[in-house]
Amino acid sequence: MRPVEPSIIEQRSRHPLGDRSASYEPQPFVEVDRLSLYYGEKPAFQDVTLSINKGYITALVGPSGCGKTSFLTCLNRLTDLIAGCRVSGRIMIDTRDVLASDIDVIQLRRRIGMIFQKPNPFPLTIRRNLEFPLREQGLRDREQIAEIIEATLRDVGLWDEVKDRLNSPALALSGGQQQRLCIARALALLPEVLLLDEPCSALDPLSSGVVEDLIVSLRDRYTVLIVTHNLVQARRIADYAALFWIKNGAGRLIEAGPAKQIFEEPRDPLTAAYVSGMRG
Amino acid sequence: MAETLSRPQDHREWFAFVLVWGAAALVTAVFCWLLGDIIWHGLSHVSWTFLTTSPENAGRRGGIGPILVSTSLILGVCLAVSLPIGIGTAVLLAEFTSDQSLFGRMTRRSLDVLAGVPSIVFGLFGNAFFCKALGLGFSILSGGLTLACMVLPILIRSTEEGFRAVPASYRLSAAALGLSRSTTLVHLLLPAAVPGLLVGLVLGIGRAIAETAALIFTSGYVDRMPQSLLDSGRALSIHIFDLSMNVAGGDANAYASALVLVVLLLAINGAASWLATYGLHRKIMTV
Ligand SMILES: Nc1ncnc2c1ncn2[C@@H]1O[C@H](COP(=O)(O)OP(=O)(O)OP(=O)(O)O)[C@@H](O)[C@H]1O
Ligand SMILES: [Mg+2]
Repeated sequence: MRPVEPSIIEQRSRHPLGDRSASYEPQPFVEVDRLSLYYGEKPAFQDVTLSINKGYITALVGPSGCGKTSFLTCLNRLTDLIAGCRVSGRIMIDTRDVLASDIDVIQLRRRIGMIFQKPNPFPLTIRRNLEFPLREQGLRDREQIAEIIEATLRDVGLWDEVKDRLNSPALALSGGQQQRLCIARALALLPEVLLLDEPCSALDPLSSGVVEDLIVSLRDRYTVLIVTHNLVQARRIADYAALFWIKNGAGRLIEAGPAKQIFEEPRDPLTAAYVSGMRG
Repeated sequence: MAETLSRPQDHREWFAFVLVWGAAALVTAVFCWLLGDIIWHGLSHVSWTFLTTSPENAGRRGGIGPILVSTSLILGVCLAVSLPIGIGTAVLLAEFTSDQSLFGRMTRRSLDVLAGVPSIVFGLFGNAFFCKALGLGFSILSGGLTLACMVLPILIRSTEEGFRAVPASYRLSAAALGLSRSTTLVHLLLPAAVPGLLVGLVLGIGRAIAETAALIFTSGYVDRMPQSLLDSGRALSIHIFDLSMNVAGGDANAYASALVLVVLLLAINGAASWLATYGLHRKIMTV
């Protein structure tokens, strides 16, 4: 078990959900420099340079297999779990050098929440799903944990739906509820960055809408990076967008910039062709 | 499924129907006949006295008290040794060794070979290693350790399968939440792997409790009440073997002992599947 980090409690009082000011000067928070990733000898993507602004929603779009998921997993070093996976380049998140060999990966992952395409709550009760990572982070105070559970569940709009059955299995929830529970579970750790990998694609249109509204409500408070195949959705929610494409068998970043520019006056012909699919 | 099978559409389906149900009926019939035979001949001899008293006149009369004690001790030694080693090795193989690595492949291959080795070979090995080389003599300890060697391959492989059956998304989502590898292992993977472990355990105990060949050379024949783990002790299966092969007029007690053995086996099986479906399921894998 890890020792209790004294900073956690302080951070909590300093950084309650929801009272950061609403407007930001665009200010890079995640800076990716010439990043490449190989599975064995096969490149997933190469030479990606991208900076992601603090407190905004950035959408990653592109055809299947162009390395969007792989890109996200670099940012929280989930790539460490994949045998034969090699990453080169440089990633700075705030002041942290993510790829440095001496970085505390566990701390890093607590600062960077990730939501997967398929909702993946643990086969535990709803309460235990939220409580488990918190306890692991060093939080022991039952009352405080209960407060955080309520606050995050309210944050994702799930509180009223589950407050009477916190002790029932999380897997009994609907897909949309499970996905919101997963988002709550990530938010409870007070991340700075949220990585969302097609969070709505396994959900029905109604739940998808609910989750989308939730993501929009996270703007300003978190730096959100979302992968989506739904260009209409990307257009609706994103402040910035980046297009990945497969060239010579490896993913490349084709164009990145403000969403308005990417979707309405793209500079690259590939981008133009891709986003025109949105209108057609 | 049953709907379509019970109303066969054409000859081929009819044939498949007869084959499938025939095979199932045959297996069930053999089991029932076996069980019926044992109950028929054995039930009238089983009583509390039979379960608690010592055998007399080479087992023709008296009970199986000391034999039950020896059997449980042998099984206890076997489990106490094989469970921790088995789970540990399974974790190592499933979570910390890649499929392709030389170490992983060699270990798996050796285990698969070991699982198929006849028990008499384990008996001779146990006799040479535990009884002679380690100087434990004919003892419950030697017998239990030999059984542990025999049960380990089955236990490890099926526990490993249990770990592999846990979806990779658990590991990824746990890591993404900043859970350490050990926490993930203890709190998420281990509970999820329990069904595999239980299957291995039931198969293993089944093999161990029914074992004669591996025990004849290691824990021995002595049917007295054991005083310590270093005493020789006669296991139930050896008792049955001895009564039916070497003791004229021992059939009645052989049947009664066989009945006890079968009931024990069924009880262990039942307990394990209850544990898998209710006890643990409800608590951890709740759906
Ligand atoms: N664990 C892995 N091992 C080997 N190759 C992988 C692995 N994961 C992904 N790949 C390969 O890397 C490339 C990029 O995959 P990735 O999942 O990042 O694409 P993606 O853009 O997220 O696709 P999608 O939109 O379908 O989710 C693909 O060619 C894929 O086959
Ligand atoms: Mg993907």
